[in-house]
Amino acid sequence: MTAFLDIAALDDIPRQGARVVKTMIGCIAVFRTAEDQLFALEDRCPHKGGPLSEGIVHGTSVTCPLHAWVFDMNTGQAQGADEGAVQTYPVRLEAGRVLLDVTRLARRSAA
Amino acid sequence: MKQRLVVIGAGMASGRMLETIFEAGGDFDVTLFNAEARGNYNRLMLSPVLSGEKTYAQIVTHDAEWYEAHGVDCRFGEVVVKIDRANRIVYSNAGGVPYDALVIATGSSPFIIPVPGKDLPGVCTYRDLEDTNAMIAASKPGARAVVIGGGLLGLEAAAGMAARGAEVVVIHLMGHLMERQLDPAAGYLLQKDLESRGIRVHCKGATKAILGSARVEAVLLEDGTVYPADLVCMAVGIRPEVRLANDAHLEVARGITVDDQMRTSDPAIFALGECVEHEKQLFGLVAPLYDQAKVLAATLLGQDAAFKPVQTATKLKVTGVDLFSAGDFADAPGREDIVFRDPGRGVYKRLILEGDQLIGAVMYGDTADAAWFFDLIKQGKSVTDLRDTLIFGPAFQGGAQTDPLAAVAALPPEAEICGCNGVCKGKIVTAIQGGANTLDMVRMATKASASCGTCTGLVEQVMALTLGDSFSANANPPMCKCTDHTHEDVRRLIKSIGLKSIPAVMQELGWKTVGGCASCRPALNYYLIADWPLEYTDDRQSRFVNERNHGNIQKDGTYSVVPRMWGGVTTPAELRAIADAADRYAVPMVKVTGGQRIDLLGVKKADLPAIWSDLNAAGMVSGHAYAKGLRTVKTCVGTDFCRFGTQDSTGLGIKLEKLLWGSWTPAKVKLGVSGCPRNCAEATCKDIGVVCVDSGYEISVAGAAGMDVRETEFLCKVTTEAEVMEVIAAFTQLYRENARYLHRIYKWVARVGLDWCRAQVEDPANRRALYDRFMLSQSIYQTDPWAELAATPADWAPIADLTLRAAE
Repeated sequence: MTAFLDIAALDDIPRQGARVVKTMIGCIAVFRTAEDQLFALEDRCPHKGGPLSEGIVHGTSVTCPLHAWVFDMNTGQAQGADEGAVQTYPVRLEAGRVLLDVTRLARRSAA
Repeated sequence: MKQRLVVIGAGMASGRMLETIFEAGGDFDVTLFNAEARGNYNRLMLSPVLSGEKTYAQIVTHDAEWYEAHGVDCRFGEVVVKIDRANRIVYSNAGGVPYDALVIATGSSPFIIPVPGKDLPGVCTYRDLEDTNAMIAASKPGARAVVIGGGLLGLEAAAGMAARGAEVVVIHLMGHLMERQLDPAAGYLLQKDLESRGIRVHCKGATKAILGSARVEAVLLEDGTVYPADLVCMAVGIRPEVRLANDAHLEVARGITVDDQMRTSDPAIFALGECVEHEKQLFGLVAPLYDQAKVLAATLLGQDAAFKPVQTATKLKVTGVDLFSAGDFADAPGREDIVFRDPGRGVYKRLILEGDQLIGAVMYGDTADAAWFFDLIKQGKSVTDLRDTLIFGPAFQGGAQTDPLAAVAALPPEAEICGCNGVCKGKIVTAIQGGANTLDMVRMATKASASCGTCTGLVEQVMALTLGDSFSANANPPMCKCTDHTHEDVRRLIKSIGLKSIPAVMQELGWKTVGGCASCRPALNYYLIADWPLEYTDDRQSRFVNERNHGNIQKDGTYSVVPRMWGGVTTPAELRAIADAADRYAVPMVKVTGGQRIDLLGVKKADLPAIWSDLNAAGMVSGHAYAKGLRTVKTCVGTDFCRFGTQDSTGLGIKLEKLLWGSWTPAKVKLGVSGCPRNCAEATCKDIGVVCVDSGYEISVAGAAGMDVRETEFLCKVTTEAEVMEVIAAFTQLYRENARYLHRIYKWVARVGLDWCRAQVEDPANRRALYDRFMLSQSIYQTDPWAELAATPADWAPIADLTLRAAE
């Protein structure tokens, strides 16, 4: 089951940048690439907890601002020699609006 | 009795449908309505008509004779006003026509952006021959035209009017042209091509209003830009023309809903073309419309057929611009790119693979292989076996793997290696045999690869072939994995080619990745800021977090805030404001820094704009404690209080800080000014140090007290404060223009030599020129980023807070 929630306008997120959504299970970074692709990732690097939302976005990857781990935003997997992954969440663009799947975000509060 | 077929709309789709029906021997009584007072013509060819390469007569597809031969009752210029579904009659103002089958092919209508002035005379769209004729009439040499919309239609309109001599500006809302068909790199090439034809392109431009009293006079953008205009063409998009279908209560979503047989919700009514929606998809390109026409013809003839949308391809019909895109080229999970760039020829090709299939292609400058790639996309065959040489096209398939050295070895001596300087292989070989055994020596001897540098690899291959094992390639590694160029090469080429944007650098210098990486982007952003202070706009998204957010990020994601404290001098009022801010925002730690100022550590991102505002209000500005830029000027108390002071070191330090603050440099720059040789300001381990003596000022540079510790080296001695300021600004500019990103002054000086630096700043004319260039840059960049950014606090907070919602 999915439940997409309208969280913002596309233009609220800078190209090659990100904005943060606060949720019950922590912050989620919503990224916008140079080509207006959207990705939603847990905003916490598995290495030392760095905010990925502040990383440099290049192609469909983001580099953590603290120690330069690189994550493929498609999969959430760390690239290169580093091992680890961040949770990804479904997000989509519809008529200039950013829709985030909130199904899994409420899970913890329900438990 | 013959079936009565009524068709509303004589466009390309319905024209193709009628052709197919008649060719198959279908026997219908056809009535054809068209709101335009003419029959079917090739709408795609309006652009050549606009540019003057074709006439209207040449693009007519069905003339009066054709309609007559097939017994079509033509009602051109007659607008259909109503469909009576119950009695199966179509009404125009001239009366009713009964039907057994009705085809709605009303096409689309242009989207008009709802801005003031949109109805002024002189504003047109680009849809039919009337629009085309209006643009032709307005495109007299010297006339000024503004096209709103940088998509396919808008650019064809712009090129057509420009070809007729008009001065054309294209305003496009998005960051690059034709963003639905092209990626940013190809969009950049297209923009460059159009600009070379005199068409001005304004991307990221939102139209605010069209100005004029009796008729259009100008276009005003949201950013305040005004473009004078005698004609404005709106080409921002189209929407399906569904009014008739709506009035008839047919099922309509965005377009008229049809099934695989092109049947609407009424079994006697069909629709095709740009007005339909099939499985939630709209259609604007001609290929699927022709497919629909064939399917509908078959359906009407009682045959089985089903419409299945296929991949479509786009070509821009502007003479001399070669561009092609097909399939899906957006980034998505599991997709991979193969990119080929040949900057010298302006060629860019990008293939998008998913699994083992080719799913999309974007080509610019050389589209000769477009049909082959398009075919591969449509077939959906595995391209795994072709992958290594896929991008080189069909001519390259099936041959043996080639050794790149073998190809160079096989070149005849007269083959040109360096296109910029016309250097052939034989000349390079002769130079190498004559003793030139490094790349620089070959460059000196022959000029090969000394201009744009893109043939460096070839030159090195010639060297490897000639010198054999004794040749080792350049020890200076490339900038990052995205490019084969070194930092030095990139800096040189940015200046010599005149590259003024990150996409331009990546395209012209053959970047191997899409969008670079976290290593090259900040470097390129710095190089462009330093080299083109007037033309280039700082790209915030290419900056490291500290510079983007104007604070040093801490390990818990909070930031440090350090206000500037000129020369380390403060006042009770400033200290109170700092203390108040520390209280108000519950700052966990307040610390004195090594650079004589106060650091507020642990500030939350969302609080940054407010704390900056408070400090601004007390007269303080950003201390750039986070920047690859001027940090601090540390001073001692000098002659004001010290019994040993020889000069006013505090005052000089403040003057220097006020001169240099706000400047971006390859790495951080710290200064020290000591009032006497006791050197209490520790000036001799700074990037630039001044030690005052009785007879003047000793300036030394290239110190360090970090990972490396070293004493400064003497640069020169001057006698006045004014000279100190000029020498230091000039030296800083020399560093800004020449050093590699992230190299501090001591590393750079070690590479270029202190003697060279001294010669540059000792020559009065050169020193003055450097100083002037520094001041020019300061006129743009010496601003307080805190004041600018504090104005939009919402940008610093979370974009949404779902914690409340989830708790419900």
